[in-house]
Formats: sequence, structure tokens, C-alpha cells
Amino acid sequence: MTEPIIKFDKVVKAFGSFVVLNKLDFEVKPGEKVTIIGPSGSGKSTVLRILMTLEPITDGVVYVDGQPLWHEKSGDGSLKPAGEPHLRKMREKMGMVFQQFNLFPHMTVRRNITEAPIQVLGIAKSEARDRANELLEMVGLTEHADKYPHQLSGGQQQRVGIARALAMRPKIMLFDEPTSALDPELVGEVLNVIRKLAEEHDLTMLLVTHEMNFARQISDRVCFFDQGRMLEEAPPEELFTNPKEQRTREFLKAVLEGN
Amino acid sequence: MLFGIPWDTSSNLAFAVSILPILLIGLWVTIQATVLGFFIALVVGLVWAALKAAPTRVISWPAAVITEFLRDTPLLIQLFFLYYVLPEFGIILPAFMTGALALGLQYSAYTSEVYRAGIEAVPRGQHEASRALNLTGRRTFTHIVLPQAIPRIIPAMGNYLVSIMKDVPLLSVVTVLEMLNVARIIGDRTFNYLIPLTMVGGLYLIMTLIASGGVRFLDRRLPKTGIPLK
Repeated sequence: MTEPIIKFDKVVKAFGSFVVLNKLDFEVKPGEKVTIIGPSGSGKSTVLRILMTLEPITDGVVYVDGQPLWHEKSGDGSLKPAGEPHLRKMREKMGMVFQQFNLFPHMTVRRNITEAPIQVLGIAKSEARDRANELLEMVGLTEHADKYPHQLSGGQQQRVGIARALAMRPKIMLFDEPTSALDPELVGEVLNVIRKLAEEHDLTMLLVTHEMNFARQISDRVCFFDQGRMLEEAPPEELFTNPKEQRTREFLKAVLEGN
Repeated sequence: MLFGIPWDTSSNLAFAVSILPILLIGLWVTIQATVLGFFIALVVGLVWAALKAAPTRVISWPAAVITEFLRDTPLLIQLFFLYYVLPEFGIILPAFMTGALALGLQYSAYTSEVYRAGIEAVPRGQHEASRALNLTGRRTFTHIVLPQAIPRIIPAMGNYLVSIMKDVPLLSVVTVLEMLNVARIIGDRTFNYLIPLTMVGGLYLIMTLIASGGVRFLDRRLPKTGIPLK
């Protein structure tokens, strides 16, 4: 039994009186590819944003790689809210791909990828460039290295977004609806890159998506979220063909008929 | 005669031609005061903007009060204050420096608002991506936010540059020999105000046209997405 690399222990996230995550328990094992599905407002993106330290939690404890993410041990062994140095250290373990890409529009594609490795990891410029070239080859954008994001299609921009996150050599990759902002004909090229990543690397991957077929193909496990809780989790074949919960059935029916 | 340059009152044209070099000396002072005042406004304004955006109120609140005060009191009062009151505390600056400082401080309150608007216009996703990549807050500000904010703030800053230029004649009340002051002295001594004052107006028009043309040029040259970084 391997230790989970991600563990949510009774995590509560509330915006004022609105509860997004309601005592969520959730685990991911190292190298596992997990997809989170669910209706909007079910808290699925919030799980990723909490992990990337973009949203603080209200209650509970999140563990990443065995260490509390939002807490540090104080002198007497109890947990206290973490300071920025701890968060920086924890963030190094993760990379995130955003729905809106969030590329830096004033930087070339290559600079987008090399900026953080040079500034944060302290890697030499030439080495960072070599690494960027490798990653660009992997996502099929070698000839676009010197272009600016606005000169690329949405699908190409998102592939840069993936390369940029990978350049920081994370153990965990978080994909927050990576194809939701794309025109339908551009979805495939992005999914192919993610699929290749899932097949060829032992990265832990956590993916929030509405692409049910894709989730079915690449996931080790699919989790259905509803109203801030994980209602059901199962290997994809099982969850898609024989969901136990009524809510899951309704959701899958609505989504699959919509396609 | 002024600055050692004599004037020729034989005809209007000869008078105009002869006082032009004198006015240009005044114009040079006007330009220097404008540039120095604008520079102070740009630098101090950025400091105000950063302080007002600080997460703790202990910092943001005083900054907000000071900029509000600078904006809501007349430039002339601030100028008199710096010129007549500061020496009582042992701070004695040349009239020109006092004037440029007063201009710069008042306009820093305006530019801080321009910076704030420009900075806030940078999408939240840019901050989130920077955080996800573990860039420091400082690096994010200087290399992600500012390069994207600057093209958005250039037109408004250009307007303030022209405004500062047009406020420089106020410095004449603290004896700075800028262009209007020079023209007035010429008028006092020759009893001909029409020609020097008209020339000052004309020279001002040329200056502001050049300045706003330069701003438009910059505005067109810089991509709206931000200052490019290779």
C-alpha cells in the first residue's frame, strides 16, 4: 500500500456562507491519473486551485507528498498556518495548466517556458533554452518558439501552457479544464499531448474536464463530485457504464446526450 | 537686455526676432522643469501605487490619505509651502528644484491612480500563473505585471506630461525664470507685452503638439499586449 501523494482530510472551503467543499476526503496515489468530473459549482476546480495554493482552505488539512500543504508544524508539534517560504517549497512539486492558458502575452513562447526555470530554479539560460526546445518538440511547436502567444491558435497556446508547467519538473500536474476554452476542432491536439504525457511519464496527473471519452481513455480512476463532496469514485469503465449513484447517472446522461 | 542679449525695438518684426533667443532660454528652463517634474511624478507615483496596493492597511491607508491630500489642494499652495515653509525647517532648495518638486509631488498623486488602474487591468490569471510558477511577488510585479500595464497607461501619462508643461508658469511666483516669467520681464521693460506673450503662447502650442505627437507615436509603437520580452 503506497502512501498517497495528495490527500484531502475533511477539507472545507467556504466563500462567506457559500460552502464549496464540504468536509472533502480525497486521495491520489503517486503516478495515478485521476479525473474529476461533476456539474459546475461542485467544487472540482477548487480542489486544483487549493493544491496550487491559489485558494486557501477554510478548515481541514491537505497533504502533498506527505507534508501538510497549508500548514507547518510549530514548535510543540501542532499545525499552524503556513508562511510563504513553506508554500513556495510545496508549490515546486506541482504544475498547473489553466482553462484560459494564462500565458504571458508579452513574452515569446520560449521565454514563457524559460522564465520560471531561470528565475526560480536558478537554471542556466542555455540549459533552460535546451530544455524549452525539448518540451516544444514534445508538444509539436518547435517552429513557433520565437512567436508571441497572440500569434498562435488556442490549441497551440494551451500546448505552450503545458510545456511551461512541465519546465518546472513537477511531480504532480494539475489540469483545470484545459480544453474548455478551445474551439472544438482544436481540442484534439491538446488532448493528444496530455494523453502522451499520461502514457509516457510517471507523473501524477489530476484532471478536471468535461471530455468524458478522454477521461475514460486516460484515467486510472474517475471521481464524481457533487455539492462539494466526492459522491462516487471508480475505474472509468465501471463509473461510466455502471454508476452506483443516482446523481452520477443523471449527470452522465445529461452530459453524454449533450455531446 | 536680458541674459546679456539686447533687443531691437525698431520694428515689431525686429523686436520679435531679437527676443526669440531670450525666450528660448526661458523655454529651456520650462522644458527642464517639465521633464524633472514628470520624472518625479512617474517615480513617486509608482511608489504611491505600490503602497496603496499593500496588503496591510497600516501602509495603504497613509498612502491613500497623502495622495488624496496632494490631489485636493491647489498646486500654488503646495508650491508656497515648499518654498516658504521648508526653509524654516532648514531645508533650503533652489527655486527651480522647489518648483519641479511641487509639480512632481502633486502629479504623483494623479499618476498613482493611472498606475493603479493599469495594474488592476492586468488579468487575474497572470497573477495566478506567476504564482503557480513560483515567481516571487517582486519578479511578478516587475516582469509580468508592469510590462503589461505600461502600454495601457501611456496615453493617460502623456496627458499629464502636457498638463505639467502647462503648469510650469506657476513657478514664476517663486522667481523661477521659466518662459512666461521671461516674457513678463521683457514686457515690463519695453512696455510691449503683446509680442512676447503671443510668442510664449505660440511656443507653448508647438511644445504641446510635439509632446502629444510623441505620446501618440509611443502608443502606436508599443504592442497592446505589453512591452515585448524575448
